[in-house]
Order: sequence, then structure tokens, then C-alpha cells
Amino acid sequence: MSPEILEIAVFTVIAAAAATVLMLVPGVAIAWLLARRQFPGKAIVETLVSLPLVMPPVATGLLLLWLLGRRGPIGGLLERAGVEVVFTPAAVVIAMAIMGLPLLVRTARAGFEQVTHRYEQMAETLGAGPWRVFSTVTLPLASRNILAGATLGFSRALGEFGATIVVAGSIPGRTRTLAVGIFSFTEAGQDRSAAILVAISVAIAFAAVLVSNRLAGMRDA
Amino acid sequence: MTTFELDITLRQGSFTLAIASATEARSMALFGPSGSGKTSALEAIAGLRTPQRGRIAIGGRVLFDSTAGVNLPARLRKVGYVPQDVLLFPHLTVRDNVLYGSGAGTGPPFDEVIDLLDLSALLPRGVRTLSGGERQRVALARALQSAPDVLLLDEPLAAVDLRRRRRILEALLRVRDDLAIPLVYVTHTPEEAMTIAEFTLVLESGLLAGVGPSAAVLGTARD
Repeated sequence: MSPEILEIAVFTVIAAAAATVLMLVPGVAIAWLLARRQFPGKAIVETLVSLPLVMPPVATGLLLLWLLGRRGPIGGLLERAGVEVVFTPAAVVIAMAIMGLPLLVRTARAGFEQVTHRYEQMAETLGAGPWRVFSTVTLPLASRNILAGATLGFSRALGEFGATIVVAGSIPGRTRTLAVGIFSFTEAGQDRSAAILVAISVAIAFAAVLVSNRLAGMRDA
Repeated sequence: MTTFELDITLRQGSFTLAIASATEARSMALFGPSGSGKTSALEAIAGLRTPQRGRIAIGGRVLFDSTAGVNLPARLRKVGYVPQDVLLFPHLTVRDNVLYGSGAGTGPPFDEVIDLLDLSALLPRGVRTLSGGERQRVALARALQSAPDVLLLDEPLAAVDLRRRRRILEALLRVRDDLAIPLVYVTHTPEEAMTIAEFTLVLESGLLAGVGPSAAVLGTARD
């Protein structure tokens, strides 16, 4: 395996892992809110979170480019702070996180919905405040689903293409991921390199989905 | 002796629980057929259901008073609640279940509770493998460790085989008398009510059908 291919594979796995970490806290928080709370605008939050699942990824990428670009509302602020995001590895991570978030939220939400509310009530009668109930009862009882959701989000991040290529490009040694690499190599006629990346993608995705399914299936074991 | 003041009007769909009673006793039974409102009353005392109106005070401590605008959250009520389905935390061992509420205050010492309920051999086990009687004793230990002012027990012998019933009843009497923790005991079995409770409220379709010392009330109820 050439150093370039290896670099792409390692970068993709690291970026997808970073994206998973990035989506974990907001993802779990949104999943819990959607499962357990009624609030104004809930339907809008629900829809917004699922949007990246159904929108063309390229469109999500363009939106991100607009938000994070130098003249965008977030990119402008970041530029003043001396931070540039677009066409950097950070843009890869953000694109991956946005695309993986819906899968994490959906799976974790189902996990929270499966936690019998009476366990939480039981903890309350034993003197536990809201945070203790959440961290010692709700979260552990939903943890398999959260892990399964994080693994799905990670898998989605690994394969991310449309949003990444728009907001991060395909810069060798900087923002080129497996999916983007496959496209770039194919376009350049480097079929052998593309084929190796495909094989690596298949192996990683297979392992991730296997782990996710096992986690989800182990719930009642 | 503890004062139990229960004045509860609680509507749930088409069912209404409306009871009012003030009693001095070490233990009180809520007795009646299923669907009579016993569990709803117990959950109202525990703070898991909010009555539309009324007042709940145990040992002079007001837990709920609609006129005064008092409605203590469940976590501040200091009730050791043992529901009928016991609800042991499935992800914790017996030991961690028992210790869950122990941060709440100075309850009876851990070793004393474990001895009383004969739990030492079970401590490292997961709760999924326990029998009905074992689960009941663990739930009781967990409730006791939270330093409760009162124990609320919902049909605690329903899932326990006959051999074990006597032992649990004896343990409950020791909780009541040696640890001096008052009990509210939900049951539909007159013998249990008469063994455990000095005073009984008889419920029927959400209303009080009888009030008084257990032997007197349940003696006539059986005739």
C-alpha cells in the first residue's frame, strides 16, 4: 500500500472519529430532549436534525460553505478570530459530523424512549436530583443505543462525500478522505488506487455496521 | 406513633380517588380489591402523582397541601417507596442498588440492613437473576438505605412464595418496631393487613369503605 493511500485511510478514520466525538454531546442532548420533553418548536428541531438525511449532501455542503465561508455568518466571526475552516481538515470533520448527526440522534432517541420512566421516578424517590437521575439511570440504560448510534454516525462520517468535497475539497495530504479519494483517483484514471480505497472502505464500513448491530442487539441479552 | 394525614382527591381519566383520614399508628394498611385506588394513593404520597386537591402529611411533615401551595418533589419527600414491580435498576448489582439512595441522609447502617434482610450472599449479583422474594428484599433494603421517614410498600408479598412470606413479614415488623420507621402497606389480603398494620383504610372504587383498627375493620369486612 502506498504512503498516500495509507495517509488517506488514516486521515479518514481520525476525521470520522473526531466528527463522532464532536456530534456526541449535542446529539445525545437533542435525542434526550426529543424523547423526553415537550417544547415549542419541537417539530422544527426534529425536522432540522433529520434534514441532512434527505437533502442532497452537496446541498448541505453548499449551505455549510455559505455558513463557514469568509463572508458567512459563522465563518466571518471565525476569520476575525484568525480561524479559517473552509478547505481545511476542520471542514472535513464538521461536514462529517453534520451528516452523521441524524443517525446518532435517531438511534439515541429510540434508546431514551425505551427507558421505562418509572426507573427514573424510582431514583427520584431515593433522593436523586435531575442530573443524578440522568447520569446514573437514564444514560446507562440508553447507553447501548447511544453507542450504536455513535457507531452508525461514525460509519456515515467515513463514507461522507457530497458535503465534504464542497466545503473541504480534495486536497491531497490535507482534506482528501476515502470517499473523496475514490472519486478523485477514478476521475484521474488511477483505477488501481481507487480500487484499493474501495476495498478499505468496504472493510471499515463492514466492521462499523457489524459493531453497531451487535450493540443494538445486545440490549436485551 | 406517627400521624398519617391523608386527604386526597385525585382524578385520572374516569377514575376518581377521594379519601380523607387522619390516623395515629405505627403502620397503616390501604386495603381493597384491585382497581380500588390503593396504588394511586401510595403514588400520591410518594410524589409520583399530584392530587387535584388535598393534604398529605406524615409525622407532621407536610408533603402536599393544595391550599398552602405545598407540593414537595419526590426526591425531597424522604419516602422509601417499594412499588409492586420493585423496579430494581437492571444495570446495577444488588449492592449498588441497595446503596443508590444512601447519600440521602443517615439511614440505618448498611450492615444492619443487609443482616436484617439476609442479603449478604446476594450483594455481588446482578438483579436479573434474582427470584421474586430476593428482588423484594433488595428493594426493601434499597428503600431503607435512603433514610426514609416512612416506608411505602405496594403488595410486597405478591411475588413471594409462601415459605418466604413469613420471613419478610417478620423483617417488616422489625423495620417498624426496631428501626422505628412507620409503614404504609398496600394489600388485598386481610391477614397481611392485620399482621403488619395497626390501622386500616378500606378502599372501594376510589372511596373509603371503612376506617379503623385493622382487626376491627377487617374482621367485619370478612364476615
